Amino acid sequence: MKLKTVKSLLNTETIFEASDEKDELEVKNACGADLMSDVLAFSNEKTLLLTGLTNPQVVRTAEMIGIQVIIFVRGKEPQIETISLANQLNIFLYSTDKPLFEACGLLYKNGIGPEEMNYIETFK
Amino acid sequence: MSLQKQQILNKEIDSFDFQSGGEASSDLKNILRKLGVPSKIVRKTAIITYELEMNVVIHSLGGEITALISEDELEIRVDDSGPGIEDLDKAFTAGFSTASDEIREMGFGAGMGLVNVKRYADQIDVKSSKDAGTHVKVIINLAN
Repeated sequence: MKLKTVKSLLNTETIFEASDEKDELEVKNACGADLMSDVLAFSNEKTLLLTGLTNPQVVRTAEMIGIQVIIFVRGKEPQIETISLANQLNIFLYSTDKPLFEACGLLYKNGIGPEEMNYIETFK
Repeated sequence: MSLQKQQILNKEIDSFDFQSGGEASSDLKNILRKLGVPSKIVRKTAIITYELEMNVVIHSLGGEITALISEDELEIRVDDSGPGIEDLDKAFTAGFSTASDEIREMGFGAGMGLVNVKRYADQIDVKSSKDAGTHVKVIINLAN
């Protein structure tokens, strides 16, 4: 799904976006989480993150695994430090009024699959 | 045994510094990219170092992170000056965390930090005591 479709489905407001090709950016998979270690459990690149957290560590976490787009749910506005770090790292930020569950549901229903979970392993 | 290792990063990490927390991991990620390390390994290393770096920020009195590289492996060392992990077995249990509510509100304290590190590391060694702090050594294989 193209980023422009995601934006329209979630009726997002733009907080920060940089490059011209933004609307054509292909969003292959997404994850929704409010805990950063849960986000770090995903290891595939090019992911969209939906979250209710707005501090700069959200952007830092995104950087670590190559997430290019962050959408803040429930109409949350990120801190100024969050925006400036996203600017520095060229990670796009948007906001939607929808709650996390509904935002994830809308994207899932319209064809964005979950991240591949090569994740569930037990530790002995 | 690995060949001689070269230090590519050494950075101090301050306790409770949530603004700069993650910078060392970001620096290391960029260094590895420039060295031409495959992106899958870079991502894996970034996750490991970020989890460990944030552990120092959240749980310790401060510490440092060091990265060494040879042709066949990458070694990450994260050392802090205390107060140490009381129960190491518990610290490796998914979902277990001693983080405060304040930390959890920031999105940390999922109890997945060391679990994620162990998942991505090829070797991990954690030593911790009240007097000497926590010392983590992680090896990531570069050669297949």
